[in-house]
Amino acid sequence: MIDFGTVVPKVADALFETLYMVTAAFLIAAVVGLSLGIFLFATRPGQILGNRAVHFVLNFVVNIFRPIPFIILLVALTPVTRAIIGTSIGPSAAIPPLAIAGAMGIARVAESNLVAVDPGVVEAAEAMGARPLHILFGFVVREAFGPLLLSLTFISISLIDATAVAGAVGGGGLGNLALTYGYQRFDWAVMALIIIVLIVLVQCVQFLGNWIAKRFID
Amino acid sequence: MSDRSSASAAAASSAAHEQTGPAGASATTPGTPATPGTDRIVLSGVSKTFTTKQGATTAALDDVNLSVGAGEIFGLIGRSGAGKSTLLRMINALERPTSGTVEVDGVDLAGVTGDRLRRLRHGIGMVFQQFNLMNSRTVYGNIAVPLQLAGMKEAQISARVSELLDFVGLGDKAFVKPRQLSGGQKQRVGIARAIANRPSILLSDEATSALDPQTTGDIVALLRSVNEEFGITIVVVTHEMDVVSRLADRVAILSAGRVVETGEIQQILSRPAHPVTAGLVESYTRTALTEAEKTQLRGEFTDHRVSVTVDDTLVGTPVLSRLARAHAVDFSIIQGGVARVKNHPYGQLSLALYGEDRAVEAFVAELGAQAEVIRW
Repeated sequence: MIDFGTVVPKVADALFETLYMVTAAFLIAAVVGLSLGIFLFATRPGQILGNRAVHFVLNFVVNIFRPIPFIILLVALTPVTRAIIGTSIGPSAAIPPLAIAGAMGIARVAESNLVAVDPGVVEAAEAMGARPLHILFGFVVREAFGPLLLSLTFISISLIDATAVAGAVGGGGLGNLALTYGYQRFDWAVMALIIIVLIVLVQCVQFLGNWIAKRFID
Repeated sequence: MSDRSSASAAAASSAAHEQTGPAGASATTPGTPATPGTDRIVLSGVSKTFTTKQGATTAALDDVNLSVGAGEIFGLIGRSGAGKSTLLRMINALERPTSGTVEVDGVDLAGVTGDRLRRLRHGIGMVFQQFNLMNSRTVYGNIAVPLQLAGMKEAQISARVSELLDFVGLGDKAFVKPRQLSGGQKQRVGIARAIANRPSILLSDEATSALDPQTTGDIVALLRSVNEEFGITIVVVTHEMDVVSRLADRVAILSAGRVVETGEIQQILSRPAHPVTAGLVESYTRTALTEAEKTQLRGEFTDHRVSVTVDDTLVGTPVLSRLARAHAVDFSIIQGGVARVKNHPYGQLSLALYGEDRAVEAFVAELGAQAEVIRW
């Protein structure tokens, strides 16, 4: 039987660690990723700030990070993490690699959300005499807002997923707990509880994302 | 076709005559009256070539010369790919000519960029085939956009938007999203948005091409009232002869980037001078016979055959029967029809004539003095 008295506080602590890592990494990733995504879109040839060279470089940078499996990125970024956080162990140390991976993901999906906006809307904005930056934010980003929120939701769930990997290198959180109890001690009761907590967490995030996005899509 | 060319000079002079008559729009304009002879838009020697990635160049427009007068509704018609939209987009500098000049109110657009260009565009509305409305904004929000761009205060915007919604007949749809509207309603929003800043010019790029015939009629009527009530000069691009015939005062026919014919709408419909025009008129109205049909009908009607272009001189007056009686000639109708454009009849009647050869000759000669007659 599960000894709730000792297990629940452990799971609760791990959940808070996970939430801390995901929230911090997500906020950084959203700011960096959205800026990068908008810039990637705007520098496309024929777009408002069309610049083939800048677009190529940005695209290249995003593409460097995208194919690297997160666990490898996590290890490879250890010197960077140590320089920023001061340590490469613990929940805080997981934040820089999570933020970088998240930002690159957001940049890519944000760009495709913006590309999907009807070019006719841009044409109408130009015909009305709107300024380039107004066209970018007041028309294109505004039109893509609902899909952008769904993309952010998608990436935030990927980050929950990635925190479990961070647990493998001492990052803490639910992933770390699952590894120590499930993999090393074969305590299936704790495993089951962690899985349930993760399912509920992901469902809540997705529900919240859908709910906010719906207000902009309909 | 070639036997029509002899009559084209006469056609041109009679068309010039018609200008003095009541010309629909200008007669009923209560707003700022159009000053006759003032050209709002002048295109001179406009050419546009596009270069493909392979380095090949294609000419979208080739030496186009056009002028559009104040308060006029001007139609640009042609088949897909004729260059109509490219030409239209030059009037608000969404497109720049490779050579030639585009002037709006005497200003050469070549030197107009940045803020000056944006101010110019505030005075030129545009409506699109696919409406190009923002789905993230309500109907109200969409119409408010150009007003916000022009720096209008929120209270004034609200008043102006409700005025516009009433004008286009969507007073009850202010807080609905465009996706909940029908195509016709979306285009009404598009028109309201385009005229929100009280522009003096409205550009219509295939505004009715995505709509059914009934809705097309409604939008045509709305564009007419935009012209009549506010005196806005309208340039209409379309491939539908039906739309220009109901809307335009004058028409230019484009084919492969060139203007092949320009003229008053009645003149174009009743006496198309260029084969491309004739083809467009032909597909719009089947009153005229094709050459193939004529070849076939020559066997069926072995006497004399004529095609008579019908206009005011033949409608409402018994000219045809009086002449037939005077020359002792009988006639039967092979094919034909008469319709009205801007309250003027136009059409063609193909007749078989029976009688003495000399009498038929005399009949044709006398009829030919009053109408365009082709023997075939």
